[in-house]
Amino acid sequence: MRPFAFQRATDLTQACRMGSATGQGQTDSAAQFLAGGTTLIDLMKLDVLRPSTVIDLGSVSSPRESVSFGADGLILSAFAKMSQVAEHPLVLARYPVIAQSLKLAASAQLRNMATLGGNVLQKTRCPYYRDPSWKACNKRAPGSGCTALTAPNRNHAVLGVDDSCIAQYPGDFAIALIALDARIDLTGPHGTRSIAFAGLHTAANGNPHIETTLRPGEIITAFHIPAAGWMRRSLYLKVRDRESYEFAISSVAVALNLEGDKVQEARIGLGGMAYRPWRAKEAEAHLAGKSLTQAAAEGAASAALAGAKTHGHNEYKPELAQRAIVRALLEAQALKET
Amino acid sequence: MPKVTRRTVLSAGVAVAGVAVDPVNALSTAHAATDTSAAADAAPAAAGAASSAAKGVPCDLNVNGKARSLSIDPRTTLLDALREHLHLTGTKKGCDQGQCGACTVTIEGERVLSCLTLAAAVQGKRVRTIEGLAEPGGRLHPMQQAFIDHDAFQCGYCTPGQIMSAIACVNEGHAKTDVDIREYMSGNLCRCGAYPKIVAAIKQARGQMERG
Repeated sequence: MRPFAFQRATDLTQACRMGSATGQGQTDSAAQFLAGGTTLIDLMKLDVLRPSTVIDLGSVSSPRESVSFGADGLILSAFAKMSQVAEHPLVLARYPVIAQSLKLAASAQLRNMATLGGNVLQKTRCPYYRDPSWKACNKRAPGSGCTALTAPNRNHAVLGVDDSCIAQYPGDFAIALIALDARIDLTGPHGTRSIAFAGLHTAANGNPHIETTLRPGEIITAFHIPAAGWMRRSLYLKVRDRESYEFAISSVAVALNLEGDKVQEARIGLGGMAYRPWRAKEAEAHLAGKSLTQAAAEGAASAALAGAKTHGHNEYKPELAQRAIVRALLEAQALKET
Repeated sequence: MPKVTRRTVLSAGVAVAGVAVDPVNALSTAHAATDTSAAADAAPAAAGAASSAAKGVPCDLNVNGKARSLSIDPRTTLLDALREHLHLTGTKKGCDQGQCGACTVTIEGERVLSCLTLAAAVQGKRVRTIEGLAEPGGRLHPMQQAFIDHDAFQCGYCTPGQIMSAIACVNEGHAKTDVDIREYMSGNLCRCGAYPKIVAAIKQARGQMERG
């Protein structure tokens, strides 16, 4: 690991000021915030991230409780540990898809370390990004190319990709957030703002080294997840190479508002499939007003993957995702309303 | 005659091997065996890094009930601080990338991976390692005894991490069923494949811990 200056922030205002040298949404900023450390320390050891300053947020107290409920729904502190929220009885009861997306991620140890804010900002597991001995990686070394386009790419993305990068967004919690139309609170050196979670992660768009719309020094402080009819039946289905402690090769966050058999509203997020957290709006539109039959679910799944672009080893992914979507929809339909 | 331990034999062996191959590097090789920050020091310096970075940051820890004060290179992980600075070598370095669980310790009672935790970020906190489990008289923690009773290991390298994780698993209430144990112990890999015996050991200790 390369040398760096270690700075301990004591409160949010100080942290934002210290972090004003962070780049605009860039992965390789000279100053990096340290929360749980499960991504940052790992990538610093691998010499992928080389910050000259690490700003420890461990002593910064959260401006709110880990889990609370407001008029508009669930509010989660971005400083909460994944394990705290995954186990919270009210989250389990009222927002099962959120609890499941957290519980099915990583391991008990990592969930005790990782914060929610850090979790949504975790980096891709693309092996060519994580290993600097691969020269070509536009995300790590802008303009150098993309090794994954032609090298083994079994778990690379098929949605939201372009020729600059086919890395896959690896997280689970973010898939539930995007399906549920979450918003996030941000605090930066110039004040606070609130944005749609869907507006946090940027498309590759030829510049995959820029990953988010966060401004220099901005810190995610909270997630707001609205309460709506579609929360009555929700689940997170995760398909992976081993049963536990593994990233998804395909995952689906589903929330359904059914009136009898008819779909009033469906929310579908896809993980293990796309360049960034992905909401399958085409599939949701396909289901609206229809009876949720096997055929309707298959039609929705097909619509969700219509734009898929494969690169050889990941040719299996669109079909896997479609089957996972059908299964998740029918399993959600069979759930008792919460 | 000084007391010979497995560790001193290993260190001496490394130094001798270094002499045999390359006398010039013998000293640095021996040093590397006892201080992994030597390897980190060899990494190219990042441009613009503050010079204070190398001087060390204060780090006060409470390890197994004892207050310990260190001044460490900010790059030092909790794992390296325990093993190389405090000479508590029970906590094992497996993958050093947060993927195997061999380095599991508890901080404020919660199990975490010490390899992905900067020691400087643990300032003022209580850390418990495998060395802190047995009673002063030598009586083992029920989980340690259960691992012996069920022969829940072969090579034993992952065992300290398994035991620290297993105790937390029981305390969290995640050891109620075999399915739960397997799920909540999935962050601890055992390449020898002692998993069925690990599950059996946890079930035995669970009963004793709940009664105790």
